[in-house]
Amino acid sequence: MKILVTAKRVEDPESKIKVKPDGSGIVQEGLKYKINPFDEIGVEEGLRLAAKHGGEVVVVSIGTKDVQEQLRHALAMGATRAVWVNHAGALDQLGIAALLQKVVEKEKPDLVVLGKQSIDDDQNQVGQYLAEFLGWGQATFASKVESLESEAEKNKVPAVALTADGKAVRVVREVDNGLATLEVQLPAVVTTDLRLNQPRYASLPGIMKAKSKPIEELTPEKLGVDVTPRIQVLKMSAPPARKAGIKVPDVATLVEKLHNEAKVV
Amino acid sequence: MEFDLPESHRALQSSLRDFCERRVKPYAREWDKDEKFPMEVVRELGQLGVMGILVSEDLGGAGMDALAVAVAVEEIARFDGSLALTVASHNGLGTSHVRVFGSDAQRARYLPKLASGEWLGAWGLTEPGSGSDAAGMRTTAVRKGNGWVLNGSKMFITQGTVGDVFVVLAVTAPEKRQKGITAFVLEKGLPGFSQRAIHGKLGMRSSDTAELILENVEVPDSARVGELNHGFIDTLKILDRGRITIGALAVGLARGALEESVRYSRERTAFGQAIGEFQGLRWMMADMKTELEAARLLVHRAARLADAGQPYSKEASMAKLFASEVATRACGKAVQIHGGYGYTREFPVERYLRDAKLCEIGEGTSEIQRSIIAKELFKGA
Ligand SMILES: Cc1cc2nc3c(=O)[nH]c(=O)nc-3n(C[C@H](O)[C@H](O)[C@H](O)COP(=O)(O)OP(=O)(O)OC[C@H]3O[C@@H](n4cnc5c(N)ncnc54)[C@H](O)[C@@H]3O)c2cc1C
Repeated sequence: MKILVTAKRVEDPESKIKVKPDGSGIVQEGLKYKINPFDEIGVEEGLRLAAKHGGEVVVVSIGTKDVQEQLRHALAMGATRAVWVNHAGALDQLGIAALLQKVVEKEKPDLVVLGKQSIDDDQNQVGQYLAEFLGWGQATFASKVESLESEAEKNKVPAVALTADGKAVRVVREVDNGLATLEVQLPAVVTTDLRLNQPRYASLPGIMKAKSKPIEELTPEKLGVDVTPRIQVLKMSAPPARKAGIKVPDVATLVEKLHNEAKVV
Repeated sequence: MEFDLPESHRALQSSLRDFCERRVKPYAREWDKDEKFPMEVVRELGQLGVMGILVSEDLGGAGMDALAVAVAVEEIARFDGSLALTVASHNGLGTSHVRVFGSDAQRARYLPKLASGEWLGAWGLTEPGSGSDAAGMRTTAVRKGNGWVLNGSKMFITQGTVGDVFVVLAVTAPEKRQKGITAFVLEKGLPGFSQRAIHGKLGMRSSDTAELILENVEVPDSARVGELNHGFIDTLKILDRGRITIGALAVGLARGALEESVRYSRERTAFGQAIGEFQGLRWMMADMKTELEAARLLVHRAARLADAGQPYSKEASMAKLFASEVATRACGKAVQIHGGYGYTREFPVERYLRDAKLCEIGEGTSEIQRSIIAKELFKGA
């Protein structure tokens, strides 16, 4: 089974995000970066599937040379090789999906696993566009029935299940008020939700092995994709600051305030 | 000198940071209170390759360097000094003695299991009657046929009861003092070899410390590590490396203490403002930051020298001396900044202070480090 996974470089959720005074974007200096957590879950799921059924996991990222750090992270987790689409400058979701489409056509995986969204701009579009462009089936928001504390999780059992004939995958997806189980013909696109798995940590030997794993460099030109954005970010602004909370001396005051000020009891 | 960490070291750092946030930070207080050795987490660290950082890849290790050990130990110590001591001593002392001076057969037998964390390593130099004056040890190894008979005891041995593989130093030629000591590798369960856990330590309470008792312990000559009568000379080399690691441990504790202090002083108010607004406290934290960064530079310099194959003994001593005293100072300030709460187990800083104190004692006290540095100063004079 060949699985293509994505590894977007995003701001570390732990770092403090500041909007530039002119609203043109966020302040980059001093920020730390990570692999998008949803993508990391995708890498983990890919690795579990490959471990169970044999095959390889190829990881792709789009951006400047910096994204190699996230590719190395996925390689250290266990991916076999990486594809880097070298591109600086703005991209919109259509552009990203168009680039991924070309990479998929080149790599011909059985399954593409992406995060359902990236935690920087929370668009939740790329997986869906990609499936559409490829004409493949899709199962978004993949989750699982077992909890993250379960034995199956500890034993790194993949939640995405290959059917007996190997021609489709069964995916449990999160929907409002519950879970739906889908069966999707391969090749297919799956996007991951938060409770699909607990990604492994990159091990030290994994990190050392990742150093010598190949990263293939591509560009939008080489892939023949025009990535001129059709969407432009006009302005960014920080959410309004929240007022600091207060401490109350006793329960009576708390109830009084909840009743008269918050009007919730 | 290079200031940025190599990419692989940054990856190690970020992996361990995530691991410690989830698997160490929430539990360190309980482990300390109960003197509980967190075996499960140590095994998980083994799976991550953290128990075999310096062991070569063909023997199941990560094949990384002293700088990597320093980075790893600092990350762990940021939340738990005890666990960091486990990792530091396992990698730096027991495992390294076999790795650097062991025979091929010993390396093949022990290193893969030590590197995976399946076996834990311990290292016994100190005795009830000798610590700083390590060459004044009394434990003896006497020839018997093709093998040896060991008698004596070893004190304050980290991983003493949880350990599986022990490198123990013993006198083989009493008249030759430093040149009459030999190292042996012992496995747990050997007849006559017992361990007595030591409880009630001030700090490093969830690290396992024990006395080793050797009563007519018979081993074949193949248990000898390194050359006959060369054990103490080898030991000095092991200690040099170990000191870099203890320095890194101290830096991690100071960093943890500082982070806690900044967080707390932002939230706690007095006289109508956050206490972090008081210049008196801000200056304390500025000093903590400056000193810990200086300590880290010394530690990393010593590590990089070691990795480059250059002499680093004096540098390792300076790094350990400075970093451990910085840590005690920083952790003391952290308690002060936390006020009464800092004096309780509700906040981790009192634990950091207790743990930091060990760094001034273990693997050579501050006084011994000063002696080593001074000796270098007066060399040839
Ligand atoms: C938690 C813990 C873990 C340890 N783990 C290990 C381990 O795994 N393996 C191991 O072999 N040992 C271990 N040790 C032992 C440790 O290395 C010794 O305690 C240390 O080297 C000091 O020796 P000592 O306790 O005998 O003190 P002493 O040598 O008796 O020193 C007492 C005091 O005298 C001072 N002093 C001694 N000589 C001089 C001098 N020449 N000039 C000035 N001052 C001097 C010392 O600095 C100290 O202040 C551990 C200790 C602890 C507490």
